[in-house]
Amino acid sequence: MLAVECIELTKDYRAGFWRPRPVRALDHLSLAVEQGEIFGLLGHNGAGKTTTLKLLLRLIFPTSGEARILGQPAGMMARQIGYLPENPYFYDYLRCRELVEYYAELANVPARERRRQVAWALDRVGMAGAAETSLRKCSKGMVQRVGLAQAIVHQPAVLFLDEPMSGLDPLGRRQVRDLILELKSRGATVVFSTHILSDAEQLCDRVAILQKGRLAGQGRLETLLAAEEDKVELVFAQAGPPQRRVVARAELWGQLDQLRAQGAVIHAVTPLRRSLEEIFLSPGAPPASGGQSAAAAAPAAAPVEARRR
Amino acid sequence: MTNSATISVARNAFREAIRDRVLFSLVFFAVLMVGAAVLFSQMSFGISAQSLVNFSLAAITALGVIVAVFLGNQLVAKEIERRTLYTLLAHPVRRSQFLLGKFAGLAATVAVNCGLMGVTLLLALAYVLPGHWAAGEAAVIAALYLILLALAVLIAIALLFSCFASPVMAALFSLAVFIIGNFDQNLRRLGSTAHSWLGGHAAIVVADVLPNFGGFNVAAAAAHFQPIAWRLLGWDTLYAIVYAGVALVLATAVFAGRDLK
Ligand SMILES: Nc1ncnc2c1ncn2[C@@H]1O[C@H](COP(=O)(O)OP(=O)(O)OP(=O)(O)O)[C@@H](O)[C@H]1O
Ligand SMILES: [Mg+2]
Repeated sequence: MLAVECIELTKDYRAGFWRPRPVRALDHLSLAVEQGEIFGLLGHNGAGKTTTLKLLLRLIFPTSGEARILGQPAGMMARQIGYLPENPYFYDYLRCRELVEYYAELANVPARERRRQVAWALDRVGMAGAAETSLRKCSKGMVQRVGLAQAIVHQPAVLFLDEPMSGLDPLGRRQVRDLILELKSRGATVVFSTHILSDAEQLCDRVAILQKGRLAGQGRLETLLAAEEDKVELVFAQAGPPQRRVVARAELWGQLDQLRAQGAVIHAVTPLRRSLEEIFLSPGAPPASGGQSAAAAAPAAAPVEARRR
Repeated sequence: MTNSATISVARNAFREAIRDRVLFSLVFFAVLMVGAAVLFSQMSFGISAQSLVNFSLAAITALGVIVAVFLGNQLVAKEIERRTLYTLLAHPVRRSQFLLGKFAGLAATVAVNCGLMGVTLLLALAYVLPGHWAAGEAAVIAALYLILLALAVLIAIALLFSCFASPVMAALFSLAVFIIGNFDQNLRRLGSTAHSWLGGHAAIVVADVLPNFGGFNVAAAAAHFQPIAWRLLGWDTLYAIVYAGVALVLATAVFAGRDLK
C-alpha cells in the first residue's frame, strides 16, 4: 500500500472577482510515495508545492483527479496525518503547551498520554524551555517549531511539512533534519516541500520536481544525482583569472598534461556530481527513474552560471 | 469520530472569548447597575422596580448583541484569514463539527455573560425592593431566558454570514438582521397596508425569512412582574432551535465544499 498517491491531480484556482478566469496551479500531477520514505517536493516559488499539500489535506478540492493517503481517499485518514502549513499562524491567546495540547486532544490522543506526548513533542523541537510562553510573544522561528510540535504530537503515520525549515536558524535546521530522520526511523512517511536543494539532498529518499504545476521529474536522489559522476571539474589559471573546464574522467590526464605544458597553475580537480540545481535548470526532463516526465514544462536552456558551484 | 472534536472546539472558543476579556462587559454592566439602582431607589416604590427591570433587560440585550455580533462575525472568517483553520482541519475534525463547536463555544460564553448579568440584576432588585424578594423574579428569569434564546439565534446567523463574508460585512449583516427582526410586527403591518403590491409582499417575505426577534422580547411584561406563559416559552424555544438549526445547516452547506485560501 502506498503512503501517498496523487492520480492526475489538477487544480484550477479562480482568479478575479467579476469574471473569474481559471488559473491552472497543478496540471495532471501523478505522484507515488512509499511508506517509510522521506519524499521531497521541489520547485520554484509558485510551482504548486503548497497546492499539492493542501489538496492532499482536503483544505482545497481538486478540479479533477484524485488523491489517496494510505489507500483511502484523502480526508478519510485524518487521524494518521500530521500537517505543518507554510508560515503557520496559531491562536495567539494560547501558550505553546496549551496549543499543542489542544491539537493532541483533536487528534484523539488519550487523555492519560496527552501530557507526556505534548512534553515529548515540545522537547523534540527544542521548545521545552518555552512551553509556557504565550504564542503572542513567540518569534517567527519559535512559532515554526511549535507548528512542528503540533504536527508530530499524535505520532502520525504520514507527515506533510510545507517548508519546515523556513524561518529557522542553523541549529533549528539541524534539529528539524534530525527530527525528520527520527520520524522516519519510527516508520513514519514524511512528505515535505522546499526550494532549498541542500535540505532535500541531505534528507530525501526520493523527490518530485514541480515546474509550473507539472511534474518535471520524479525519482531516487542517487539516480538523479549520479548521472554526471564520470565528469571532472578542473580549475586552473593561465596568466589571468582562474578558469573552469569540465572534462570526462577518461580525458583527465591528457588535459592535465596539456595544461602543464602550457604553464598553467592547477587550482582544483573535483569529481563532478550533478546537483539538484542543475536538474532544476537543465533543459528537457531529468533522468527520472519513474519514467514520468513532462518535457514541455522545462524552461529555456540553462545558463552557464548554473554549473558554477 | 465522536463529538469530542465538537466539544474541544467549543471549549477553545470559550477560552478565546474569556481571554479576549469578553467578561469585561460584566464590569461595565455592574457599574451601570449600581448607578441605576441608586438612582431608581429614589423613585416611588412601583416605578423604581419597573424602571430597573426595563433598563437592565435592555442593557443585557444590548451587551449580549454586541458580544454575539462582534465575536460571531469572526468565528469562521478570522480562522480562515489567519489560516489557523489549516491545522485544525488537518486533524480528524469535520467542517460541520468545527462550525457546531464554534457556535456552542460562543453560545456558552454569551450564556455565562448573561447569567452573571442576570444575577446582578436580581441582586439590584433585592436592593430596590427590600422585603419583596420573590415578588416577580420568575418573570425576570423567564425574560432573561428568552434573551438568551434570541442571542443564540443571532449567533447562528452571525456564524452563517461569517462563512462567506468578511468580518466587517458579517457584523453589519447580522446587526441589520437583528434590528429588522425586532420590527417584525411593524413589517407585517406595513406589508398588509402598503399601497404597492410588490412593496407589501416584499415586506411580508422579509418578515417571514428574518427571525422574529420581537417575539423574544417580554421586557414590558417582566417589568410589571406579570407571569410569562409557559406556552410562550415553549414556542419560543422551539422557534429558536429550528431557526438556529436551519442557519447552522446552511452554514455547513456553504462551508463544506469551500476552498480555504
Ligand atoms: N488562492 C489562490 N488563488 C489563486 N491562485 C493561487 C492561489 N493559491 C495559489 N495560487 C497560484 O497557484 C500557483 C501555485 O501556488 P503554490 O502556493 O502551490 O506554489 P508553491 O510551490 O507553494 O510556491 P512557494 O514556494 O512560493 O510557496 C501559483 O501560480 C499561485 O499564483
Ligand atoms: Mg508554498
